[in-house]
Amino acid sequence: MTEQTDNTVRSYRSRTPSWWTPVLAILWKDVLLESRTREMVMPILVFAFLVIVVFNFVIDPNPTLVAAVAPGVLWVAFTFAGMLGLNRSFSMEKERGGIEGLMLCPVGRDLIYLGKMLGAFMFILIVEFIMLPVFAAIFNLPLFEPGLWLITVLATFGFASVGATFSAMAVNTKAREILLPILFFPIAVPVIIAATEATRAVLAGDPFSDYSRWIQLMAAFDVVFVVIAALTFDFVLGE
Amino acid sequence: MTGRLALLGASGVLMMLLLSLIFLWVPTDIVLGISQRIFYFHVPMAMVAFLAFGVVVVGSIGYLWKKSERMDALAYSAAEIGVLFTSLMLITGMLWAKPVWGVWWTWSPQLTTSLILWFIYVAYLMLRSYAPQGDQGARYGAVLGIIGFVDVPIVYMAAKWWRDVHPEAVVGPLADEGSLEGKMVVAFLVGLLAFTTLFAYLLTERYSLRRQETQVERLRYSHA
Repeated sequence: MTEQTDNTVRSYRSRTPSWWTPVLAILWKDVLLESRTREMVMPILVFAFLVIVVFNFVIDPNPTLVAAVAPGVLWVAFTFAGMLGLNRSFSMEKERGGIEGLMLCPVGRDLIYLGKMLGAFMFILIVEFIMLPVFAAIFNLPLFEPGLWLITVLATFGFASVGATFSAMAVNTKAREILLPILFFPIAVPVIIAATEATRAVLAGDPFSDYSRWIQLMAAFDVVFVVIAALTFDFVLGE
Repeated sequence: MTGRLALLGASGVLMMLLLSLIFLWVPTDIVLGISQRIFYFHVPMAMVAFLAFGVVVVGSIGYLWKKSERMDALAYSAAEIGVLFTSLMLITGMLWAKPVWGVWWTWSPQLTTSLILWFIYVAYLMLRSYAPQGDQGARYGAVLGIIGFVDVPIVYMAAKWWRDVHPEAVVGPLADEGSLEGKMVVAFLVGLLAFTTLFAYLLTERYSLRRQETQVERLRYSHA
């Protein structure tokens, strides 16, 4: 164990430190933690599945209704699932005092943000990629629409970009579980609208040009907020 | 202190003047009838709300930059007043929409954006009350103040595309500049002045109260 740690340290020193080394190290830490505790992907996956099933009961889907409501159901499930993932992202750091360890890292706070943000992005994305075929099967929709995967990646990146910042804030407040959705939903409204509308277009079989503006909107949201969040993360963590 | 009293007096006088203009002086709108008179309250309140959120983002950036408690007190006070005016704007808008459009609410881009704006700054106030007092809460608030401000135009774009088919129902005094009658412009400008003065008064009052609150808090901790 110690030998392995030594090797890791040595290999870090031998390379010239580039900006992505600490980002990948933080991301790897979250992956390792997840592989040992399994507290993130499985519970969120089951939750997202449940949301879709419960929606199935409350709307009584017949073929005409499915086309109208399926995109909404999908994105409600993904937004709620994403919320749980984001909540875990920093609450697990808080529980085990990991946040102090992260803050002691001799790297820029923007890189810590990128590492945590990519971790949340990846875990939520894994859940969503598993859920997409399940969702398509339950609602009798075409499986494996490439457009749908692109929408999911862009929307989830947007969720993670603002969500990681809000998660880091919410864990230090009195009403942490409830505060995160209250902070997150209003800001994420453009992504939720864009993802739902683009999904509707994809499922209706419209050409890419019909929903490309939603893709552009999500891409713009992702870029703008990942930059703002990275720049301001220093203020979120504090001294 | 005298400056604040002067602002209070000025906004009181302007408010009285505005009311008398609205009910005794301006002509009734041919198309919209009597209900159009609510615009002399509704539109200035909307503008003051946006002004308040502009002050929030200025205070937020100022706080992160200079670490000055004054900037934070300014941002917080403006957020509270902004939520107040946004609430009043939404309520007066609904009161007007029911007789004219036949519905209390419709998802036009303006309405959607106003509602989301309201939610963002309600979240700001909740964050401030649940976050730890002092520097940490102020930093959180400032970051949300900046993110929220940047989000508003994106929300507007999304809401606009989402309801592209929505008929532009805004037939109010701002629909077409040429359609405004002279007396209406005067009443509208008086309204804008009255509400801006009221905003200035409320902001200075809340700001000084906020500063005192922070001082009391500090004294309490230093004696504990």
